Amino acid sequence: MIASIRAELRKATTTRLWWILLILMIGTIAFFAGTFALALTFGDTGTGPDGQALTIAPKDMAITVYTLGVSLGYAFPLAFGAILMTGEFRHRTLATTLLAQPSRGRLVLGKLAAALPFAGLYGAASAATAVAVGAAALGLAGEPTMLDDADVLRSIGLSIVAMAAWMLVGVGFGSVITNQVAAIVTVLGWTQLVEPILRLALGFWEPAAPIARFLPGAAGEALAGGSFYSTTGLSDLLPAWAGLLVLLGYGAVAAGIGWLTTLRRDVT
Amino acid sequence: MDGPRIEVAGLTKRYGDVLAVDAVSFTAEPGRVTGFLGPNGAGKTTTLRSALGLIAPTAGAITFSGRRFSQLPRPAAVVGAHLEPAFHPGRTGRDHLRTLAPLAGVPDSRCDEVLAMVGLADAAGRRVGGYSLGMRQRLGLATALLGDPAALVLDEPANGLDPAGITWMRAFVRSFAARGGTVLLSSHLLAEVEQTVDDVVVIARGRIRHASPLADLHALASPETVLRSPDEAGLRRLVSRWPDALMEDSVTAVIPGTTAAEVGAAAHAAQLEVHGLTERGESLERVFLRMTEEAA
Ligand SMILES: Nc1ncnc2c1ncn2[C@@H]1O[C@H](COP(=O)(O)OP(=O)(O)OP(=O)(O)O)[C@@H](O)[C@H]1O
Ligand SMILES: [Mg+2]
Repeated sequence: MIASIRAELRKATTTRLWWILLILMIGTIAFFAGTFALALTFGDTGTGPDGQALTIAPKDMAITVYTLGVSLGYAFPLAFGAILMTGEFRHRTLATTLLAQPSRGRLVLGKLAAALPFAGLYGAASAATAVAVGAAALGLAGEPTMLDDADVLRSIGLSIVAMAAWMLVGVGFGSVITNQVAAIVTVLGWTQLVEPILRLALGFWEPAAPIARFLPGAAGEALAGGSFYSTTGLSDLLPAWAGLLVLLGYGAVAAGIGWLTTLRRDVT
Repeated sequence: MDGPRIEVAGLTKRYGDVLAVDAVSFTAEPGRVTGFLGPNGAGKTTTLRSALGLIAPTAGAITFSGRRFSQLPRPAAVVGAHLEPAFHPGRTGRDHLRTLAPLAGVPDSRCDEVLAMVGLADAAGRRVGGYSLGMRQRLGLATALLGDPAALVLDEPANGLDPAGITWMRAFVRSFAARGGTVLLSSHLLAEVEQTVDDVVVIARGRIRHASPLADLHALASPETVLRSPDEAGLRRLVSRWPDALMEDSVTAVIPGTTAAEVGAAAHAAQLEVHGLTERGESLERVFLRMTEEAA
């Protein structure tokens, strides 16, 4: 098992993907953290479903801005995790790997374990970017940065965990949808389009609202304790611990399905 | 080196309606190079991948000195395989091997060793995306050698190699077998491996058509005699006793299934003026083709 983890770590570090995606993620989060901090402080926040004006407390605003990676940047660790697996199919290297180590279960576990340090790295980079840019923007707007508030710090810490969990979900996802292009299109489509629309739609329809809390994106935000959607009063979140369980559950179920289906198949 | 005996026993693989491999049995012996030959779609790759645990056979088993691939404690130390030149293009040749070294249970220094063995030492630090097909084949072979195996399983290793590369590959597998290793390699051309293999196993449409030492294949090549005479009428009269005989031109007759002695004696008895009498064997490629085209 140690050998599998070492091999997978080397696979991840010997291509350029890990730092390319990392830089893209940092750029994206920096952009959104800056824009949102300024928009939330200067902008017209609009009205909720009940017609009341949406007002945002400084603390909620700080948490929302500092955990923006979890709300809007999670496609990057998700995609990286997925590509760790789909790359083996895309470049047809799966056979070579299995010739040296025939256990397919060990392959999946090795990839999950090897993803952990990258998960931590992406999580830390995401939080650091959102806090650095967000705090600067809030300061610029004359708002309190709230960086001495315990709840805010807790949320920032948990946002690292959430981003890390997303990467593990990605590995699981990549073992189900092994076609790299399909996997990336699905990741982008789901994170940028399907889930946001679903959450908004479910948020407007009372009986379905609880379901929205169990969507993976909502679970991730629940973990970090902040959400653009919930801050604006559009949907509720699970408790943080439940968010982590739901998110890791998605990853575990996907990895299990992948191990039992795609990875059992003939490698032709 | 103590190469394992590779034994394929009753291997069958069905893909839906397609019977890709049908009750295939043969062995590859240590110290010998076994050529696994067949036309496109014959079932070579399916057989080799089944042997290596990549494809689950419908029936039958493949063992290496009695053990299945999945039962080998450190497979890379027993069987090195090169199936297709598939690599991540963004990795260097050395990094490609380094990702596999922990799994093969070898130190990193082994990566440069095998790169040198296949003549890629100079390209070790370059990305594989920039390798030529021949270089990829060499890197595939280096990958197979990483765990210092006692057997090599190679699927069409000569594909994409230039004549110099083929000569090099030939010498390489010959010396591997000479040191006691087992080599099983596939090809769709007999001529490509004729000077490399000791034993031939011929497969076509999923079934074994022939298995023997290469020398025995020569015996199956039936001879034919070419007779030349300026006396066209006399020549035609003489060869008319062999129904298969045909006139290549007005002075040359080709008589399949005969020896020069036979035809020479007949010409002498008929007092035919003879300008040429040659016996030639059917080419091995023709024998091979005949085998693969035979009805199932
Ligand atoms: N995954 C698959 N699904 C369906 N049929 C398959 C599959 N793989 C192989 N076949 C069929 O099995 C037969 C044997 O294929 P195989 O690849 O083993 O042949 P081969 O001898 O390696 O041929 P080639 O010289 O072209 O490489 C072919 O008829 C092929 O179409
Ligand atoms: Mg083939």
